[in-house]
Amino acid sequence: MYKLRTLPGDDVRQIMWRFSERFDFQMAVQSARSIARSVVAKLVAEGARNTHEWTEQKDGLLTAFDQSGLTALFMDPHQGGFIEGPKNFALSLVALELSWVDAGAATSSLASNLALAPIHEKGTPEQRDKYMSACVPPQPGEDRKIWRGAFALTEPLPYIGVDTGVLCGKATVADWKDGEEPMLQIDKRGRFITNMDFATFVTAAVESNDDRIKGTFMIILEEGDEGVFDRGAPTLKMVHQLSSTRDPILNLKVPADRIIGGYDVVDGVIIPKYNHSEIIGAVFHRTRIPVGLMSSAKLLSAVEPVIRYHRNRFRGGDAAKEGSPRYEKGIQSNEDALQRLIDVWASGEAGCSLAFGAARLADDFDAVEKAKEEHFEAEGITSPRKQMAVLRKLNDQVVELIDLEYTPEAERNMARYNELKDDTLVQYAYMEALAGILNPGVKLWNTGVGANMMREAVSLVGGYGITEDCPGFLMQKWTDIQLEATYEGPEAVQRRHMTMTMTSEVFQATMSAWGRQMERAGKEVPGLGGYVLASAMELWQWTLNYLKSAKDDDGRKLFHNKRQGVTFPLADALGWLLGPYYLSTDVIELIEKGPMSPTLAEGIDDLTGFYKDIAHVQSARAAGEVSRICTELVYGFNECKGECSRDDLKEFQALKAKVDMCMAGSRNAKDRAGNALTEVMIPEALDYPMG
Amino acid sequence: MSSEFHIVVCGSIVPDPLQTLAPVDGPTGPTLQNEMMLPAVLDPWAGHALYEAANLAQANPGSQVWLVSLGPKAKLQQVMMAVSQKAPFQLVVADGSSSGFTDSFETAKTLADTIEGIADLDKSKMLLFGGWQSASRGSGAVMQMVGEMLGVTEQFQGVDKITVGDDGSIAVMERVEGGAYQKSVVDGAPAAFGWATGELPEPPNNPQIGMQNMQKNMPALMQAKPADLSGTSLTFEGVEVPQQRRETRVEKDASVDDMAKEIVEWLKG
Repeated sequence: MYKLRTLPGDDVRQIMWRFSERFDFQMAVQSARSIARSVVAKLVAEGARNTHEWTEQKDGLLTAFDQSGLTALFMDPHQGGFIEGPKNFALSLVALELSWVDAGAATSSLASNLALAPIHEKGTPEQRDKYMSACVPPQPGEDRKIWRGAFALTEPLPYIGVDTGVLCGKATVADWKDGEEPMLQIDKRGRFITNMDFATFVTAAVESNDDRIKGTFMIILEEGDEGVFDRGAPTLKMVHQLSSTRDPILNLKVPADRIIGGYDVVDGVIIPKYNHSEIIGAVFHRTRIPVGLMSSAKLLSAVEPVIRYHRNRFRGGDAAKEGSPRYEKGIQSNEDALQRLIDVWASGEAGCSLAFGAARLADDFDAVEKAKEEHFEAEGITSPRKQMAVLRKLNDQVVELIDLEYTPEAERNMARYNELKDDTLVQYAYMEALAGILNPGVKLWNTGVGANMMREAVSLVGGYGITEDCPGFLMQKWTDIQLEATYEGPEAVQRRHMTMTMTSEVFQATMSAWGRQMERAGKEVPGLGGYVLASAMELWQWTLNYLKSAKDDDGRKLFHNKRQGVTFPLADALGWLLGPYYLSTDVIELIEKGPMSPTLAEGIDDLTGFYKDIAHVQSARAAGEVSRICTELVYGFNECKGECSRDDLKEFQALKAKVDMCMAGSRNAKDRAGNALTEVMIPEALDYPMG
Repeated sequence: MSSEFHIVVCGSIVPDPLQTLAPVDGPTGPTLQNEMMLPAVLDPWAGHALYEAANLAQANPGSQVWLVSLGPKAKLQQVMMAVSQKAPFQLVVADGSSSGFTDSFETAKTLADTIEGIADLDKSKMLLFGGWQSASRGSGAVMQMVGEMLGVTEQFQGVDKITVGDDGSIAVMERVEGGAYQKSVVDGAPAAFGWATGELPEPPNNPQIGMQNMQKNMPALMQAKPADLSGTSLTFEGVEVPQQRRETRVEKDASVDDMAKEIVEWLKG
């Protein structure tokens, strides 16, 4: 039996999430943490969330972000930032640290980046340099006002949201003199637009309402442009109150060179280089990851205050005498409280592992995606359809790369592996398919299941949990998650996305490789829960293949775009598998690298023992969910014949029985992990103020 | 006229004061339970000294700041991710224990030897800074000994403010009894200053400074030599955390006036 000595610190996280060697990232963590646990926590404790208005008090957040380098984090060094290369991972770390205390503050920190993201991803070099540099806080000796942006996609009618195919915001040609830049009239009403209280520019999605402009596009609007720049009424949202949100009315005359990515004029028509869908696709591809992380951070942040509450529950009053078990152990003398907290913790760990896995992939993918663009450009293959045709022909090589990627290094044909890895298109096809699962998967699972788990965390603190002064701001965090499950595409959008990507041959090959990898982990890392996860992956894949050809009693196909009752639950089931898979690989990394860390070496066996149990608990939970969903889908569309046997489903039954049997030991793991919570050393007090 | 100083700040890490600090017997004497796994921070007293040093260096062009730390380098590296963003400095590391249970003479000797080894240091320009106290069971004697070992005999303790005059002299305000200050003037470097809290707030993080610092300081951490603290004859009979006194009395109907009266009486003793 191990003993968890302390709560995991930075050294543990750096190994698991693979940033031990990146001191620029580690500094970003420290910057964000110092702001979160001072300025942000103080605002929450003082009740700054209790108004929809952007107050002077809340405005202090922006100064804190500027001073601590968080505002400049998104920029490249030549624009005034300090991190070279892609920033998805760094932004995710910042999101985690800020939302450890308050996710509205995290949203505030990220919102200007979201406004800049269309420019960063698809803007012209001139647009990129102008706006990115303007959003960097002035350095000593500089006399200029910092610019801040707002991303205006969401529209007011009806309700809140946007149909990505139809936009109410309109663009017409206001003025177009020969040889001069065309002037456009942009009419955009926004809803739920973050940063709108102080934005100096807006990146807005609009559609042409003029024969002289083609299609949709995104355009940059500035506060000083001619016309109406009305910030609108505050959105009456109930959550994320440390971010500014208003419903602006913008009717402005702007030059056409503000169209993001530029434009061409063909036969007297302005043809934007990118339509708005292409731009938001490129943006949301990445920005959904930190949102998922915000939710998982909350679960991890709940662990310490809940332990402290449980231990101290009966101290200080007449309820228990000093020295009695009730006094000493408090609620921790009850197994249920311990084990439910383990469920919360395991969900948080799984969500973080998944999100950081996705962020690492996004950073790696950045260069590969650019190289692929250059390759196709050089080859003259510019249409997406033709590019897809080329990539499809590479499927065999991609599957071969995946096989080798997940083969243990000692058994791998390294020459062939390196050859395939160096092939831009092969690498692109593999990563693109994986990102197509991980990005919506993070957003869907971390926020949706995270909201339910956060409710569990709140309930573990009883009546205190639903008060404003509950340590750790648990109630606020529970409600905040609901927004995270919604913005940047609600759960249905993520399920729809996964429905389209999860059937790809490349991802299926990846899933098979994961299954084999977890099977090996089951053998080589006893106690990790590799077997149960592998068996659940196999069951899910079998079910998907079965459903693709199965029909209901009326002869209708089960797996079909229009049957969300089939496809969406299957996407949910996949979501359950992703977290424990990434957590398991992170725990394996800790087992391998932890002993080399001077700060961890002494207690490494205890630490990895605990983490193996946490991974096992989560894998078993995921397997249970997958098994339930698959069973409902496989059996649920045929009426009961009263025979209680289906000979045509013997294979499914065998796989399901395997999942059941692979649950072996999972409850022992939970017993051990729960017990570890009774001894773990926690700080004397929370390191941020309470309400 | 501005003066050019070589400011050497002695300071190391201590466990995060919010953590449970439980002394236990280790193989080489007392240690704190799970010390290596606990998060650490820069000793707040050393922090004041460092921020004052950075401020002084900024006001006196040509000046340089070194932070000389005796501590476990792996933990130091973690702490430097935050501290290095606060002010420009060159880190010099002696890799050894920073627990509160090391012999203060051995600690001073190690620090003095490490300072002697700084290649570009001009001791005639040296201002030796450090904490007057330490958050890790400090003896309050290390800085004096380091100064003596380096031949710096102009020493000031409990310093809250120094002002550099046009002639290069330094006016010093040292804390004395009853909230009063003793004012002194020293001709200039070399001199040693054990800082109290100083007058400066903790600077905000500046990641650009951090990046510049860490490019220099990561090699210093990698190349840190093990500190030799073996010369000690110090032994501990026993160690324990000062017991927290908490006398709780449950009063359900006390008025605010009664509570105030009782507090005043308690304060009067």
